[in-house]
Parts: sequence; structure tokens; C-alpha cells
Amino acid sequence: MPEIAGRRSALGWALNLSALALVLLWTFPTAGLLVSSFRTADQIAGSGWWRAMVPADRNLILRAAPPAAQREHEGLFVLEGNLFDEADAPRAAISAFGVSSRAIDAHRPGTTAELRNGERIEVAANGDYRHSSAQAMQGRRGQRVFVTATIAPSFTLDNYRHVLLDPHNVEGMSRAFFNTLTVTIPATIIPILVAAFAAYALAWMAFPGRALLVAAIVGLLVVPLQLALIPLLKLHNDLGIGKGYVGVWLAHTGFGLPLAIYLLRNYMVGLPREIIENARVDGASELQIFVRIVLPLSFPALASFAIFQFLWTWNDLLVALVFLIDSSGETTVMTKNLLELLGTRGGNWEILATSAFVSIALPLLVFFSLQRYLVRGLLAGSVKGG
Amino acid sequence: MASLELKQLTKAYADVDILHGLDLHIGEGEFVVFVGPSGCGKSTLLRMIAGLETISAGELWIGGRRVNEVPPSERGIAMVFQSYALYPHMTVFDNMAFGLRIAKVPKAEISARVREVAQVLQLTPVLERLPKALSGGQRQRVAIGRAIVRQPAVFLFDEPLSNLDAALRVATRIEIARLKERLPGTTMIYVTHDQVEAMTLADRIVVLSAGRIEQVGTPLELYRRPANLFVARFIGSPAMNIFDARVGHGGAATCTAAGDTEIRLLTAGETPAAGSPLKLGVRPEHLEFAAGGPALLSGVVSLVESLGEVTNVYLDVPGTDEPVVARLAGSQSLRRGDTVALTADPAAMHWFDADGRAIRPSELPAD
Amino acid sequence: MNAALQGLITILLGVGGCVAYYTLSNLLVDTLLFPARGPHQARNIRRANLVRPWLFLAPALFVLAVYLAYPVIETLRLSLSERVAGDGSRFVGFANYVQMLSESKFREAMRNNLLWLVVVPAAATAFGLLAARLTDRIRWGSLAKSLIFMPMAISFVGAAVIFKLIYDFRPPGQAQIGALNALVLFLGGSEPRAWLTMPLWNNFFLMAVLVWIQTGFAMVILSAALRGIPEETIEAAIIDGAGPFQLFFRIQVPQIRGTIAVVWTTITVVVLKIFDIVFAMTNGQWGTQVLANYMYDKLFRAGDWGVGSASAVVLMLLVTPILVWNVANARREMR
Ligand SMILES: Nc1ncnc2c1ncn2[C@@H]1O[C@H](COP(=O)(O)OP(=O)(O)O)[C@@H](O)[C@H]1O
Ligand SMILES: [Mg+2]
Repeated sequence: MPEIAGRRSALGWALNLSALALVLLWTFPTAGLLVSSFRTADQIAGSGWWRAMVPADRNLILRAAPPAAQREHEGLFVLEGNLFDEADAPRAAISAFGVSSRAIDAHRPGTTAELRNGERIEVAANGDYRHSSAQAMQGRRGQRVFVTATIAPSFTLDNYRHVLLDPHNVEGMSRAFFNTLTVTIPATIIPILVAAFAAYALAWMAFPGRALLVAAIVGLLVVPLQLALIPLLKLHNDLGIGKGYVGVWLAHTGFGLPLAIYLLRNYMVGLPREIIENARVDGASELQIFVRIVLPLSFPALASFAIFQFLWTWNDLLVALVFLIDSSGETTVMTKNLLELLGTRGGNWEILATSAFVSIALPLLVFFSLQRYLVRGLLAGSVKGG
Repeated sequence: MASLELKQLTKAYADVDILHGLDLHIGEGEFVVFVGPSGCGKSTLLRMIAGLETISAGELWIGGRRVNEVPPSERGIAMVFQSYALYPHMTVFDNMAFGLRIAKVPKAEISARVREVAQVLQLTPVLERLPKALSGGQRQRVAIGRAIVRQPAVFLFDEPLSNLDAALRVATRIEIARLKERLPGTTMIYVTHDQVEAMTLADRIVVLSAGRIEQVGTPLELYRRPANLFVARFIGSPAMNIFDARVGHGGAATCTAAGDTEIRLLTAGETPAAGSPLKLGVRPEHLEFAAGGPALLSGVVSLVESLGEVTNVYLDVPGTDEPVVARLAGSQSLRRGDTVALTADPAAMHWFDADGRAIRPSELPAD
Repeated sequence: MNAALQGLITILLGVGGCVAYYTLSNLLVDTLLFPARGPHQARNIRRANLVRPWLFLAPALFVLAVYLAYPVIETLRLSLSERVAGDGSRFVGFANYVQMLSESKFREAMRNNLLWLVVVPAAATAFGLLAARLTDRIRWGSLAKSLIFMPMAISFVGAAVIFKLIYDFRPPGQAQIGALNALVLFLGGSEPRAWLTMPLWNNFFLMAVLVWIQTGFAMVILSAALRGIPEETIEAAIIDGAGPFQLFFRIQVPQIRGTIAVVWTTITVVVLKIFDIVFAMTNGQWGTQVLANYMYDKLFRAGDWGVGSASAVVLMLLVTPILVWNVANARREMR
């Protein structure tokens, strides 16, 4: 709406704030997944992901160096070092420490705590400690120290390394990623080609039964693909295709065709008739008109459908389950892999979140870079009513 | 390079007749304009000549060959569309070369022909541009150039100027008139609903109405001797004034609307029976002040349009429904509400019988 | 990578095959069967033009017939028969339907599907309308739209993982890492809950996933429709003194009723077929069964093709009114 005199900006503020609230609500779930995929299992279990950005007070159990490292100095046996370094943990600021699990925050940093049998330990805020004793210390392990530390936000790429690059990880996503790609690309290209020719005939050639065919395709648009599962599986088995890539490519081609034809026909019908007639006067044959005039001019519609079909085949689970994945599991796709992880690793959010994010990364990339075409296709593809 | 012959050419869309058996001969190198109100079938006729519409009945001959079923590209025609129909994804050069490439003309020749035409139409600097980077006038020239490159025997134009603004329209009209001079052997058929374009460009005009040819003739013939009421009203601007009249006695007629004035009826053939109704037509530019003499009509001025060199005066005349228009020379000091008496030379009057057919005045010089 | 190679070959074969088919068949018609020259030129051109549309259509029609039309009929047949030993089947009339109706899981699925059918399209359309209205009038509207539209690119399984994290449950005393439980505790709730096992309510938690995904779609379509409303009607209403809410509900919404209906029915079709979300999040346990998942259970877990097909037919019957409506609209538009 244009700026209209007398309308107050208070309304503008309310509008902006409500929009912001809605956007935050809608991005919050995905943000959770993304943030969790960069946290360690401990971090995830320790606090909600929304706390990951701010420094957090955490209770840690650290250890001083083992007695084997003690040195004798002016009649005292001494262990010195840094608690965080001993534990290989990132350094943090200590706000309190204790030496007994019943009083984990009994001492302030910089003070000295008395241990049993006359030993003493002094812990500084940065984790430096000095553990001393009059007699030689015994035992194999170092003294336990409970600290309350303010941990700065920290993130890790280990999850991705594990999920994508670890060759020993049988649940890894890398194979599924390539399998999904193998399903997706032919299943996107072939229907486009077949549909484009049909759409051209339905848009620009006159023949009896054309209107009926268009109506039939609009009808097929909403037929649930669930109806096709058993008959087609039987058919594939009878033909010897069985379960595998060929079957899933064919199935995706069939299920994608109605939308492809419908979208492309709607677009082609809108091309200016005079351009096509001019090509005809120029002596172009139907095939030449199609290939050299109509196809290039229909690029936006082709792109729209390609994106739809890509997203649909990439995100599909059902068709892959029925037509592709056999008992060997060699041909698993990402959605299926994710599903398995949900079952076997339900609590391991670092693995789940990372795998899920790997599976949605490419569609999101496609979505954000080609959104224009997607929107255009949606607008053309929804059957106009009333 | 080719003449055209239409023999009882008919077009019907599912029972509805759009064109009713047209007969027409167009000579080689002639510039013929089809003119008529919109929806009368001009485009349909042109597209039938091009081969873009099938012929329901009748015959079409181009250059001595019956072409009813010949595809468009083999008829030796080129067409310039109203919307230009440039291929949006091809450069100007590729647009002009497309037809030649389809016809497998050698590369060098294509380049030479396209560049020559581009030179003539001042398109050389924009040859590598896409149509969307051109101005309206340039697009129009590309469309024309694309047609010229094919060296057609017959040029077809479908309202090529209607998408241009007023100034460009005049400039492009002149461009087309020059094109006609430059390609003397090429037959050109031009469709428009604008009579000014028709009058200025045509060797001959074909007036169409509701799928029928009303009259064929040179622009001046149509202006001076319209064959019927439709043509009389269609050609000329402002349109001819029409009055009811009645045949009187002794070779005279009374014009009822103009105050029952007696006017000598000049006819070449037999005079219609006394008492039968007539129509009298007088062009606005042929009305003049009665200046004391006998007036043809008198009325009250309702509107004055001063255009400088002429003044259009609209009069309410008792007994007529529509205002009478007079186009008077110079600027006039008339005001709304003035009463004016006008007359006209009987030789410049047009008479039509009850069916709207012209009754030819015998004493008009037949030029 | 073997599969990748196979994929590449398929692309080449598929694309090459299609191109070869279209080129050769056209060539055959134009040069051998009906050459456009010679004494019969006119007749040949007419015949070629009669044949050509079917050349262009043939592959598509073949695939549509085999992959969509035939299965519908075959499923109908299967739903009326039962498998017998070997590879045969026997006609059993409506026995499968009778058995299906007697199963409580089926009735539960029907009830839940109806619930989904009411809630999801309504909620997604309402949120979409709200989002469209809010984002159309702000400076950063296109960014806001992108972000609300984004879930559309996420798979149902991916969305299931995302929402499982939100609904996550940890025993009392531990840090709640699920946002919903954390929020409940933050707002003073007494104890965390396992949301996905709460009967009836869990259905709504599953529906939220689909609403989250579909709102963007509704927003995009409705926003385009809102912008298509003639500006004059809005300006006239403002001059007549309409406030923003009156403007929206009395002037704008009535003008896009047709589009709202389209959005609603499109989402309805998605809802009817909903499978992945339930399959991944609860697999129909705790009273969350839906038709498509029930069917999958029957077909691939119980191996009962008869009842599975019968439930597929029920699915088909449910979309039929929308199918008829769409076809009627399309035919009206073509005229
Ligand atoms: N495909 C068609 N089907 C039915 N009627 C048509 C078709 N094309 C044109 N017409 C009708 O034919 C008449 C002539 O159209 P047209 O030749 O375009 O007129 P013009 O160019 O003189 O304005 C119009 O009344 C139009 O409605
Ligand atoms: Mg026209």
C-alpha cells in the first residue's frame, strides 16, 4: 500500500514486530538442528541448543596430574600444572571449586583447599593448580577437582567429519548422499524431456481429443501415488527390473509427468502466437519450432519444474522404499538413512542433527538460489479456481 | 513479382462464416490496403493469404499457382505482425537470419543479405542486441527487415503501426512508403483499421465490412464516389453527414431533415419513383455558410473545435438525431448557441437509395 | 562409483533415446511416409499434421498410462481379490473392505485423517494469509518470505528429525534440551512430558510439522493474490473510512476467495497422502495412525495386498471430489 496520509507509524512498528515474531517462530526449528550439529554430545545433553551462543556455567570434573609426576622441593612433594590442560579441555574461567562431590563449590579460586591426610591444593581462576604434600603421594590417578567454570561458546566440526568422512562409519551419509544424487538427476531430466514434447502438442497443435487429454492430466495431478505401489512393483518384477535404480527412475518419471505436462503446457500456451506463426512463415518445421523457439522461450517453466522435481525426488522416502531399496541396503538414500538413525540413534542428537542437516543442505541451497523460479512455478501450477 | 487472385474465398469457423466468398485481383507490384472496422475479418483474410489459416472454400492463387494447400514458407510471402513477433531469445542478426538458415542458405550469403538490409534500415549498430534492448521503432524496423531479407514476392503487413506512438507512427508510415518505392516489383498487402494510413499508402484500397468487400478502388475514388453508405461513412474524417430525404417530382428531392428544402436530384441513371426514401450525404468539408442565399439547413451551434487552419462546427439541427458537422476554413468567431445557416454545392452531394447503394450523380466529372 | 556410472549412462541413454525417437519419428513422417512435395503435397501435409501430435504425445501417454492409469484400475481389482498360493489371486468381493472396517487401527486412521483434514489446511491457510499480509507491507518482506517459505525445501523425514528435537523429553531433573519442554518448565509447568506419546494430543504435534512446511506455500500463493487485487478497491475503502482489519477481512479476503479455495484444496491433497511424517515420528503408535501409513503397514509389513489395496482405494475416493473440482475448473478455463 502506498504511504497514506494520517496513518501512524505505530501500526508500522506492530507490523514489523509481528512479522519478526513469525519469522523467528518459523526459523527456530531449523536453527536448532543447525546449531546442534556443531555441538558435542556433552554440550547437547548439558544445555538446550538455544544456550549454545552464550557463555554458560558448567560443572566439570577435572583431575590434577597423577602422583607419578610429583617433584620434591624444599621438603615438600609438589604437583603443578593446569587443570584444563591435563584434561585436554578448552580453558575457562573458574568461579568456584571443590574437592568433594558433596561440596563442589566450597572454595573460591585463588584459595587453598585442605585434603585428607594433610595434602593441600591451590587452584587459580585460570585453572593453574599447585598440589602439595609433606609425604610422597600414593596412587595411580591424580586428585579429583570439581570446578564450576564459565565456558565460552564453542563449536566443533567433528560431527560432520564423523558423518561424512569417516570410512569406518557404516551409518555415514556419504554413500547415501551419492545414491540420492544418482536417483535424483535422471529422475529430473527425463520427465522434463518427455513432458516438454507432450506439452507442446497440447498447447500448439490442433487435434481431436485435445481438451479431453488436458482434463485427464489435470485429474492425474492429484491421484495418490500410493495406488501405484503394488501394481507397479508387480510390473517391475514381471519385467525383470525388480528393485533398483531403473525402477525408481521410471516411477519418478511417471509420477512427475502430470505436473510437468501441466506446468509446461500452461506456460507454452501463453507464448505469443505470432512468434510461432512467424517461425512457420520462416519455413521452420514443427520440430524446429519446438526446439529452436518454444523450448528456449519456455526456460523459466522448465526451470520451475526441474526444481520441483529435484526437491521432490531428493526428499522422497516412499518411492525409494518401495522401488529402490532392497534387503542388501546398498542403495539406501538419505531419507531412509535418516529414518534408520532415528530408530537406532534416537538419543544421539549430534549424529542425528548432523545427518539431517547433511540431507537438507543441498535442497536448501537450491531453494535459496533458485527461489524465483520455484515461486513462479507454484503460481502457475496451482489450478486456478473461481 | 507475383499477382494474387482470390476466387470466392470463404472462411468459416465451426458453422460461423467469417468471410463470405471474396473475389479480388491484386496486380504485381501493387500496394493494396485492406481497411475496415475491427472484427470485420481483415486479419483472417491476410492470414489465409499467408497460409496460417486454412481456406474453407474458394481458391487462392499467387503468381499463377494455386496455393490453397501450400505451406506458408513456400508461398513466397513474408509477414510483419502487429506485435512484431521478434524471437526474444535471438539477437537482431539471428532474428533476420533465422528464415535463411532454415532454408539452408550458405553462411556467407546470409551474412551479406542481413547486413545489406540492416544498412538500409539503419540497424547495423544494433545487430548484436536482443529485442528487449531496442526501442519500439527499432523493433518495428527489425520486423520489417526480417521480412525483406527473405526477398518475398508478396509482403503482408498486419496493422504494423498500431503499437507505436503518434510521432513514430508517422515516421514509420513514411518509411513504409519509401520501402514501396525501393521494392517496385514486390506486391504488398497492408491491413489497417486506420483510414489515414490507408489513404496515404495505398495504390488501391479494399474496404471490408462483416466479411464482405464493400468497395475496391483508389483512395480518391473511394473519397469521391463511395459505392454505398458504409464506405461513405468510413472514408473521410470527420465522417460524412447523412440526412433523410425523399424523392419529389420533376427530378427533385426534398431533404426532410434540412427543413424540406427542395434540391435538384442529379442522377445518371433512372430516378427512383416519386415518394421513395433516400439518403443525402454531405461531407463536412463541403458545407459552407449560406451567405444570404438559399440554405440547405440551419441549426444551433453546440460545439466549436478550433484547429487553426480549419474549424469544426457541430450543429444541432431539428429533425436529425446526430449533430451535423461542418468543417469551415480558417478560424471562425462562432459561439455555442449561435444560429447558423449552411449550404452545399449540389455537385458535392452524395445520394443513396433505400438499400444504401449510391445513386451516381451524372454531372460529376468522372476522374 | 558404479551407481554413478549407471546413472550417467541412464541419462545419456534416456535423453539420447528420447531425442532420437522424436527426431527419427518426425523425419520418418516428413520424408518417407508423407513427403511435403510431389503430386500429393497437400494431402501429405494434411496427413502429417494429423499424425504429428501423436508422435509428440506418445511417450508421455505411454508412461502416464502404465504408471498412473493402469495402477488405479489394478489397485481397484486387487482390492476385490485375495492372494492365493503361487502368483494368482481370487475374486472375493468386498471381503477386504469388510475386514478393513472391522479393524480398530483402520477406524483410528480414518478418525485421525479427518482430524488432519480439518486442522492442517485450515491452520496452514490461516498462517499463510497472516504471513502474506504481514510480509507484503514491510521493507524486508522478501527476506521474511524466503525464511517462512524455506521449510518447503526440507524433506518430511528431515522435518521429523527437526521436530523430534523440539519435542525431546528428558526425565525430570535433567536439562531439557527439547524446546517445548524447556518452554513449559520456563513458564512454570511442573514436569516435562513425552509429547509424542500423549494420546490424541500427539496427533496435533505431528500436524504442526506439516503446518510448518505448508504455510510457506500458502503464503506465496496468497501473497500473489493479495497483490493482484485492484489497488483502487483498497483506496476506495480507505476513503470510506475502513480500518486495517476491516480492510483486510471485508475488502481483501473476499476478493481472493477463489485463491484461498485453491490453496486449501492443494494442501488437502497433501494431507490425505501424508505418510513420511507419521512413519518417521511415531509409526502410527500411540493412536497416531493415518491412512497412508496403515496402507504401507498392510502392504509391506503384513503383506496383505487385498486390505492394503482397499485402503488405497479409500484414499482415492477421498481425493475424487477435489479431482472433479479441479477438472471442472480447468475445463471452464480452457473455454
Ligand atoms: N479461431 C477463431 N474462432 C472463431 N472465430 C474467430 C477466430 N478467429 C477470429 N474469429 C472471428 O473472426 C472475426 C474476424 O476476426 P479478425 O480477422 O481478427 O478481424 P480484424 O483483423 O478485422 O479485426 C472476428 O469476429 C473474430 O471474432
Ligand atoms: Mg486484426
